[in-house]
Amino acid sequence: MRRHSLPLIVVGLFVLTIGGSWLGILDAYVQLVLFYVGINIILTVSLNLVNGYMGEFSCGHAGFMAVGAYVSGILTVWLFAEDSVFGLPILPIGWAIPLFPIILIIGSIAAALVGLLIAIPSFRTRGDYLAIISLAVNYIVVSAITNMEVIGGSRGFVGMKRVMNAMGDVFDAPWLLIWTFVGIIATILIIHNFVSSTLGKGVEAIREDEIAAEIMGVNTRRTKVMTFMLSCGLAGLAGGMFAHWPGGYINPLMFFILRSTEVMVMVYLGGMGSISGSIISAILFTVLLEWLRPLGVFKWVVIPLLFIVMMLYRPQGIMGSSELTDVLPRLQTLLRADKEVKDNAPASD
Amino acid sequence: MTLDIFLQHLLNALQWGSFYALIALGYTMVYGVLLLINFAHGDIFMVGAYVGLFIATFLLGQYALRLPFTLPSWAVLALTIVGSMILTAGLGVFIERVAYRPLRDRGASRLYVVISALMVGILLEYLNLAAFGAADRGFPQLIRKQIYTVGGVSFTNVKIIVIGLAILVMIGLQLIVRHTKVGMAMRATSFDKVAVPLMGISTNRIITASFTLGSSLAALAGIMFGTAYEVISFDMGIFVGWKAFICAVVGGIGDIRGAMVGGFILGFIEIFVVALGQFSGFEWLSSTYRDLVAFSILLVFLTFRPTGIFGVARRQKV
Repeated sequence: MRRHSLPLIVVGLFVLTIGGSWLGILDAYVQLVLFYVGINIILTVSLNLVNGYMGEFSCGHAGFMAVGAYVSGILTVWLFAEDSVFGLPILPIGWAIPLFPIILIIGSIAAALVGLLIAIPSFRTRGDYLAIISLAVNYIVVSAITNMEVIGGSRGFVGMKRVMNAMGDVFDAPWLLIWTFVGIIATILIIHNFVSSTLGKGVEAIREDEIAAEIMGVNTRRTKVMTFMLSCGLAGLAGGMFAHWPGGYINPLMFFILRSTEVMVMVYLGGMGSISGSIISAILFTVLLEWLRPLGVFKWVVIPLLFIVMMLYRPQGIMGSSELTDVLPRLQTLLRADKEVKDNAPASD
Repeated sequence: MTLDIFLQHLLNALQWGSFYALIALGYTMVYGVLLLINFAHGDIFMVGAYVGLFIATFLLGQYALRLPFTLPSWAVLALTIVGSMILTAGLGVFIERVAYRPLRDRGASRLYVVISALMVGILLEYLNLAAFGAADRGFPQLIRKQIYTVGGVSFTNVKIIVIGLAILVMIGLQLIVRHTKVGMAMRATSFDKVAVPLMGISTNRIITASFTLGSSLAALAGIMFGTAYEVISFDMGIFVGWKAFICAVVGGIGDIRGAMVGGFILGFIEIFVVALGQFSGFEWLSSTYRDLVAFSILLVFLTFRPTGIFGVARRQKV
């Protein structure tokens, strides 16, 4: 029984969220919040890999998200929708259902390649330069998209919603939520396995002392570049999902610095170098944002104040660098060995 | 591009670069002393402009509560600048005391302080938005604008004052850093943080000094910005402030000359990208490409010289 408790929890959550949405028990608003939670979990866990585990400081995560969002959004519209720019659909809509995850993956590969482009120059030097270069890339990506009139420029890009609706017509299921769920699980598994692997230990060694790591035989440059690409790729995955959100449009300003800041805040709220911390903070933060929505502008007065106070009393965030299994040993026996704990967090509120 | 048009754009670029340079100085001084990227600094610039706005409109008698006498315009300008610089410097030091120093005292990693700084920036920006609304605000004309034309190049006295003031301030700052005890202590702190307290210098006092200087320069930049463009907005901290940080990096963060040069370089790039678009062959280069071109150039530059213009590569030693 214990051996299966983790898969059981995952399946349970899947049934609860996806089944609930399918049967209409969870209304559209709850589904949207769940979707946001999912996107934020992927973003936070992936940024934690660079800012937490590797100890670098990347502050343009939304830029990579934008690349993933636009690449997969454009692919979806190009392949399956009639569009004024891309013309008639190339493939019948029935193909959209199996091809959707592939489109998401292509988006994340594109984001990872952009990550590679900036990883090569920025990791040759001191840590703070990644901060500035990633910031510049965030500006460049947003500015480049704004200047591409073909894909809507600053007005934004539309058309994904029609494909999503058409997918729902072919076979009625909450496709977006299903793939978001799969994306979360995949992200957590990838990051967890990466961090526990030899390569991941190298990443943590780099954080502690780069020169010592180099001497111990870690190929620091390659490790840094690979880690950064993985992180960017997952941000692209989150972006690809976000492009298909029920609102049906994306515009460049959605991926600007405030968005990057939000992700950074979630990473530090959860604790650097803690996957379960990132998940908990992504959930808390998203729900807090929604909960404070009636406050309007004051939302962004209350949230920073909360964080400044939190920083003063618990600067290491909710979990510090420990995982939920370290804090609650009984959980570990429940899940056996060092299985990842992500799904115990209250994802299904 | 004929010479007079070139000179015209050059003047614009110098003015635009002056703002960047003045703000970048604040980033670079704090970084030099603390190794902290003070992300709130752009918003301190914004606050400086707003404080200046309120002082100026009060002195000009536009509120119910007004002075019993009218001040001459030069006095309004001087009082606005001095008042805003003092108040904004106070804000900068207050932020340092409340949000950064406690973290530092607990020995938290400096990345946490950076997050605090980010949060302070957002807080300032949205407090302003909540209090005064999203609309742009007109800035009173503190200097009566006059247009001069010399050999086909026309310029206003405001432009000359902005550029002149920026250069004066930078020379003054260089003198402070090079020739006073506080300046020497600042340089010492950025050189070796461990040895400085052992020499009987209070690090906290030096940090306060650099926040004071940086914030007051940001306030000066804010008022000059308002005077030059006659409009200020709550998000100018993001759009001007963040770019000023990039200027500081291009110049070599931690180096005061670097901040000035970096500011002027970004000013030149931005103005000339827009200017080039007016010539045949470059019509595609509309002004919306400004950020794209500017940041791409910076990225290429940083690839080949990551320590910036004046930065010295620090060899890591075991």
